[in-house]
Amino acid sequence: MAKATFSVRRQTGFATIALVCFVMLYAPILTLMIYSFNDGTSVAIWEGFSWRWYERAAANEQVQESALLSLKIASIAAVLATIFATMAALATTRTRPYRGLTAIFAAINTPLMVPEIVTAVALLIFFASIKVATGYTGIAYLVAAHTAFCIPFAYLPIRARLESMDATLEIAAADLYATPWRAFRRVTFPLLWPGIVAGLMLAFVISLDDVVITEFVKSAGQDTLPTYMLGQLRRIVTPEMNAISTVFLGISVMVVALFFFMTRKKN
Amino acid sequence: MAISGTQSQRGGTHVSAAEAAAAFERRETRTRWLLSAPALITLAVASIGPLLIVLVYSFLQKNPNGGVFWQFSTDAWFNVILQRDIFDDTLQFADAHLSIFWRSVKLSMGTTVLALIFGFPTAYFIATRPERTRELWLFLITIPFWTNLLIRTFAIQEVIRNEGIVNSLLLWVGIIDAPIQMMFTDFAIMMGMLYVFLPLMVLPLYASMEKLDFRLVEAGYDLYATRLQVLRRVIIPLVKPGIIAGSILVFIPSLGAYVTPRVLGGGKSLMLGNLIELQFGQGRNWPLGAALSMTLLCIVMVALLVYVRKTSRQGGAHG
Repeated sequence: MAKATFSVRRQTGFATIALVCFVMLYAPILTLMIYSFNDGTSVAIWEGFSWRWYERAAANEQVQESALLSLKIASIAAVLATIFATMAALATTRTRPYRGLTAIFAAINTPLMVPEIVTAVALLIFFASIKVATGYTGIAYLVAAHTAFCIPFAYLPIRARLESMDATLEIAAADLYATPWRAFRRVTFPLLWPGIVAGLMLAFVISLDDVVITEFVKSAGQDTLPTYMLGQLRRIVTPEMNAISTVFLGISVMVVALFFFMTRKKN
Repeated sequence: MAISGTQSQRGGTHVSAAEAAAAFERRETRTRWLLSAPALITLAVASIGPLLIVLVYSFLQKNPNGGVFWQFSTDAWFNVILQRDIFDDTLQFADAHLSIFWRSVKLSMGTTVLALIFGFPTAYFIATRPERTRELWLFLITIPFWTNLLIRTFAIQEVIRNEGIVNSLLLWVGIIDAPIQMMFTDFAIMMGMLYVFLPLMVLPLYASMEKLDFRLVEAGYDLYATRLQVLRRVIIPLVKPGIIAGSILVFIPSLGAYVTPRVLGGGKSLMLGNLIELQFGQGRNWPLGAALSMTLLCIVMVALLVYVRKTSRQGGAHG
């Protein structure tokens, strides 16, 4: 007879390692957040609570500009990527296999498979020659690059949602003489909406976080918040960086938490 | 089926049902291609197309002022592993490149193994929680995965640098007299990569463990197996697809890591990603950078191919 506490699910030491793991994951982030409120310039010695680094970051023009550019690019790229991904998801789900279907899948997933540095270098080469040829150095390059690598992230939740949806409702709509567009607007779209929002949020966060591709594609003076931070990390680090990071993390966590609860409700 | 029926009726009596169905299917396939077009065009312009250009560039001659001369040359590919001696023109292995290749592979493998050591128990822990709290634990793993990689690297830097938490603490307690140099070492890069890529190991492992049938574990114990035996003979074989998926998912981004080695390795400990960047910056050898990029891409593709073949074979065995 086994002891009363014996559980087949338990493995000795696993819970300890798991807890160490969670502490390891969160301790650095939490320390970073705590020291953003440190009054002193040190990132290791606590000298009292203060908002001064937040004030300084908010007053820093470079931070303002790069944060604005980050939000601008992330919004445009996320919306475009979500629209394109929704269309692609409609085209690739609930169908019998057709010629080229696998190719479309592969194409959509390329940004997930190709190492970021390789894509970054490829875009650098390609866009550099376009920049020389056209003279245009605006943010369209960044938007195009971000849209491309956001597509697979927007596509995943939308496709998952579509696959869990029943096609009979649309067939019923068609039987009742709804045009394909009307059937989409009145039947498919409302049902698909949570998936689309989830895709939009993921795409937004992914675009907001990107460092490598942006670093290689950007023209002079086009710093996003992450590339600005990467540039600053080379110099002496002040708690101002902690303050910026904390706000940045707050935004990401909020969006992800929203995403998590939305997709959870679905189940 | 219902739709194709109405279509054939609309098409009139001359057309047979089969022909109408075929025409409908053709039209539908065309619509599907049109719907995919915007995504495919964007990807062609800003992802797949540029990769082909990189391939072309890797076969061109370098312009020492940056860029290329449009002349066919295999020098770049040659230079990936070999170099000509400046003095007597003899061929040698390009030690600098090879050592960076080796470091990249070594550190990526180390990261993968560490991630497995820490990630396996974590995934198991989450999978064995009661249903209600399980989602919360999973959420806690997912959060760092979606937060900025640069900020997480920055956070780990604050922990391990000379004036960082660990050294300050050790100095304060009096265990050490001088800070331990951890930044700008291979150790720092590996810690950083472990930290940022750990969720990529835990998530697929959890996905396999969630499906684990614990009656089999119970049967193992009933047959007098020890915990270690159950782990080795029952659990690990059953979650093997998750182990493979997690390892691939950690290994691939580690191999192509750029930000983590740049921040934590300084200029001293380069990895493949930094070597590639160097060719487009100070190195001014675009074709070599292109060839190195293609080499990295090839390694990643081989790893993915191995993964796909392994998992499909396993899927076949189960089905």
